[in-house]
Amino acid sequence: MHGLINQAIERFARATYGNGFWERVCRRRNLPVLTFEAMQSYDPEVTEALLDGMAQVLGKPRGEVLEDIGTFLVSSPSTGALRRLLRFGGTGFVDFLLSLDDLPARVRLAVPELELPQMELREHGARSFSFVVRTEGAGKPWFGHVMVGLLRAMADDYGALVVMEHMGASPGREIIAIMLLEASFAEGRRFDLGARAP
Amino acid sequence: MSFVALDSVKLGAVLDTLCPMHLLLDGTGHIRHAGPAMRKLSPGGAPEGMHLAELLDLRRPRASDRMEALLALAGRKLHFALRMPPRTELKGVLVPLPSEAGAGGEAPAGAVLNLSFGISIVDAVRDFALTSADFAATDLAIEMLYLVEAKSAAMEELRRLNTRLDGARIEALEASVTDKLTGLRNRRALEPVLTRMAETRADFALMHLDLDHFKGVNDTFGHAAGDAVLQAVACRLTSGTRDRDTLIRIGGDEFLLVLPEQSRTEAVADLAHRLIGEIARPIPYGDRRLTVSASIGASLSRGYDPLDPVRMMHDADTALYAAKAAGRGIYRLYTPELGQMGAGRPG
Repeated sequence: MHGLINQAIERFARATYGNGFWERVCRRRNLPVLTFEAMQSYDPEVTEALLDGMAQVLGKPRGEVLEDIGTFLVSSPSTGALRRLLRFGGTGFVDFLLSLDDLPARVRLAVPELELPQMELREHGARSFSFVVRTEGAGKPWFGHVMVGLLRAMADDYGALVVMEHMGASPGREIIAIMLLEASFAEGRRFDLGARAP
Repeated sequence: MSFVALDSVKLGAVLDTLCPMHLLLDGTGHIRHAGPAMRKLSPGGAPEGMHLAELLDLRRPRASDRMEALLALAGRKLHFALRMPPRTELKGVLVPLPSEAGAGGEAPAGAVLNLSFGISIVDAVRDFALTSADFAATDLAIEMLYLVEAKSAAMEELRRLNTRLDGARIEALEASVTDKLTGLRNRRALEPVLTRMAETRADFALMHLDLDHFKGVNDTFGHAAGDAVLQAVACRLTSGTRDRDTLIRIGGDEFLLVLPEQSRTEAVADLAHRLIGEIARPIPYGDRRLTVSASIGASLSRGYDPLDPVRMMHDADTALYAAKAAGRGIYRLYTPELGQMGAGRPG
């Protein structure tokens, strides 16, 4: 697993629940207390173990933990660079949604080793979309849940009012339903093309 | 063939979408219309009526900024800079407009000048508060900005990793030449120090120091007591010498002192006697007081031409054994005469 993903999980855990929590999760899964390097690769089992460990310690379904991580990725000041990179996708939330097909390619441009699952946005009407994540292998679904949290936070960022739901996973894919209630419901956060990432 | 008159309002509207950073020039080089992005780059946001030369400075190719000269450069890559600070550099290409119907072919009909930022884009979006609406939908500018930012973030991450690794490397390096027990340098530090001394060609002194009753302390009071003695000796050596001196524990109860800029026989002897005196003071250990003494042999680089650190080491060693042979707590400086007697060394 790419270090960026593991590091995101670690940052989320430490920032949201504290260092003690992170240490407890690591110990519970018989892992050394881990600090991940963003630009290194790790055994995927470590990631799985940490996600399961967090769900156990928090007493929450894994999907919810993953959604929280997705939201954290966009809304935490410590990950401001990612939010900015996502905002390059479009000037409005719908524009942004439509740019998601390109997300894996965009990510590859920035970090060639970071492979994301293929994803596809389907338009069912001006306000109704579904987002399909294609997952490979037999691993537990995770990316769709992260995307739900991330898209929710991005909708907030754009000032759009959106209802989103993870519709579950079938072998090979996860589906997210997206209803756009209002494209410009609130002010949204500013985005200057030329600003430096915080 | 005859063109339908291209009225500048309609043409401007088309160009606003296709190339938002364009200028429509009339036959005399005055600006008739500017694309929305170009307006943002203009003083007061309205360049209409200005002459092109008032807005932009043609840098390359060098040519007069009269309209006839510009028209002669049609289709070529042009380099401009804004006249006003921040004098942003722009690339451009100029295409003459077909003669207007009824203009009689006398005056040129004007031209479209399309501009772009080229490599200055990163600063320009900040300087002019540009948004993605200022670029044509087909323009790769936004992707380029994305890439610049994504790469900087990735580089920053790598830089951080590098700093951490470098810190770890320096720590490991430091640890590899440090004697864990005493905090002095260890044997691995010896060669680099002597090489450095040889390179600087400055005079220096070498002292070889050995504790006299150390084995007795170890045997009688145990290794913990021995360790305490070694630490106390290291501490006294450190406070008795200068920062630029290098103190090495070369093993067991043997120490080597490399003393830069020590060339005077008397000064070296003074230092040796002072150190011997310091070490002879009782060392508190629990409720006991342990006593050791030290013997020192020294050699001075001044006596070697050419400088030969290996021989200096050997000679300091010879002097040390001469000191030991003479009793306890004795200092000897190497002399050639000592060397001749050095055959039978006490253990």
